[in-house]
Amino acid sequence: MKAFRNLVKPYLFWMGVFIVIPMLLIILYAFTRQGNDVMTFTFTFDNFIKFFDPIFLKVLGKSLQIAFVTTLVSIILGYPVAYYVANTKEKTQTLLILLITIPMWINMLVRTYSWISILSDNGFLNSILKAIGLSPVSLMYTDFAVTLGMVYNFMPFMILSIYTVLAKMDKALIAASYDLGANRLQTFLRIVLPLSVPGIIAGITLVFLPAVSTFVIPKFLGGGNYMLIGNLIENQFITVGEWNFGSAISLIMAMVIMGSMLLTRRLDRNVEESDKGVNHGNGGVMYGRQ
Amino acid sequence: MVGSKPAKWLPFFLIGSTLLFFYLPILIMMVFSFNGSRSLTNWAGFSTQWYTQLFNSRDMMAAVMTTVSIALISTVISTFVGTVTAIGLSKSNKVIKETVLMISNLPILNPEIVTAIGLMLLFSAFAIRRGFATMLLAHIAFSIPYVILTILPKLRTLDPNIAEAAMDLGATPWQALIKVIVPQITPGIVAGALIAFTMSFDDFVISYFVTGNGVKNISILVYTMSKRINPTINALSTILVVIITIALVLVNALPMLRKKERIAIE
Repeated sequence: MKAFRNLVKPYLFWMGVFIVIPMLLIILYAFTRQGNDVMTFTFTFDNFIKFFDPIFLKVLGKSLQIAFVTTLVSIILGYPVAYYVANTKEKTQTLLILLITIPMWINMLVRTYSWISILSDNGFLNSILKAIGLSPVSLMYTDFAVTLGMVYNFMPFMILSIYTVLAKMDKALIAASYDLGANRLQTFLRIVLPLSVPGIIAGITLVFLPAVSTFVIPKFLGGGNYMLIGNLIENQFITVGEWNFGSAISLIMAMVIMGSMLLTRRLDRNVEESDKGVNHGNGGVMYGRQ
Repeated sequence: MVGSKPAKWLPFFLIGSTLLFFYLPILIMMVFSFNGSRSLTNWAGFSTQWYTQLFNSRDMMAAVMTTVSIALISTVISTFVGTVTAIGLSKSNKVIKETVLMISNLPILNPEIVTAIGLMLLFSAFAIRRGFATMLLAHIAFSIPYVILTILPKLRTLDPNIAEAAMDLGATPWQALIKVIVPQITPGIVAGALIAFTMSFDDFVISYFVTGNGVKNISILVYTMSKRINPTINALSTILVVIITIALVLVNALPMLRKKERIAIE
């Protein structure tokens, strides 16, 4: 068996070059001044201090706010959908899940781009409003448009991870609850909902994380001047060329995301502790990517 | 809803409107890719002019070529490396396995943009000119972790003594690997390759940061062209949507058809 162990070795080297060194480089750039020579680095906290300017803090605040609203809307709209899909016949379930999955396979930029033709001032939506005699609305380049684009792109992840948990749930528990005299609402609130929390938590991770860091959706639907933290990082690297500041912003963003994930996980643990003895399904299914 | 059965129309309405929400933009885009004018709202008669323009556009065709060739090469390499590494990990001790997985999963857990700028800094630190090669390396790098994660569970279900049995019977470690282990994890390898291919094909953020020298994949082209309404994007997207839908339906329908055939034979 020892012969097979050596198979890991090439990847150890590869990981060092393509995962560890890039991380170290981001940290190095974040803590140094611009104009590094190969061997001389000037350490500084300036890049972090610079971020604590009301302009930049506002951008971070807005990113968190929009990501939060996106996650919340995805839960509120996605949960009932997942619930009803899980309650259909098995064949229907397969079909519906396939239908929900197909759009996720289509290029995200293309899908977001197509919203422009719906939301723009002389777009699809306004031509319908005009046709039924209502006054047109200006939707493009607003918070609403950006949030809509994010819900559109990320809600499928929420639906799928809640569905996975609900579909695996032991139906006997629900029957037992009815037998013991609980009504539908009580059964849902006391049995189904608590058991599906791991699915919601997994969904939050899959929605919140890309929603905080995306820069394509705000650029397409929020316009060129719309700034979220992702756009700020993109600008530092592509337009402004301040890699050191850009690296510092990325580190701050990574920290904030990690913090919110730990917070969410604590929420999960609290729920788990409150109903010990009930076996949770594993909701940590990776549906992939964004 | 308390105590009584919920109305039948509610689930129907909810699922229906959600699917409409998911598909409406795609459908509108597909319909207007055949529009006679540049407008995305006024129908000016059926026309295939945007498709003609698409196939005549050198930029578009170059982007398609770049996307497909990078997806194919990175899939082959990342599937190979991922498979080999996963097999090695399955035989390693717990500490090594967990450490490797922890580091390997970093790009999956990190926001994409962080992985992207890390790779950009890496290439600039080693003074590698950004272009096709850097994009390819980046795609291999972000695909391998997914391949490993897909194949590892398959290896876990494998009998650990099976390779040893093969070697006791005179097989070399290499033969045991190729003739005994690999055939049993083939479904996992195929799934890993599929994930690697689609990840590469759809990637924007990482490609955008590590490319240079005018090399663009489809996503980067859409991003740079999106400033003005451009129906050729709709035409290209429509072709992609059709291909992907057919592929997905085939992948999902084939096992069902085979099952039916088997039942028919029995």
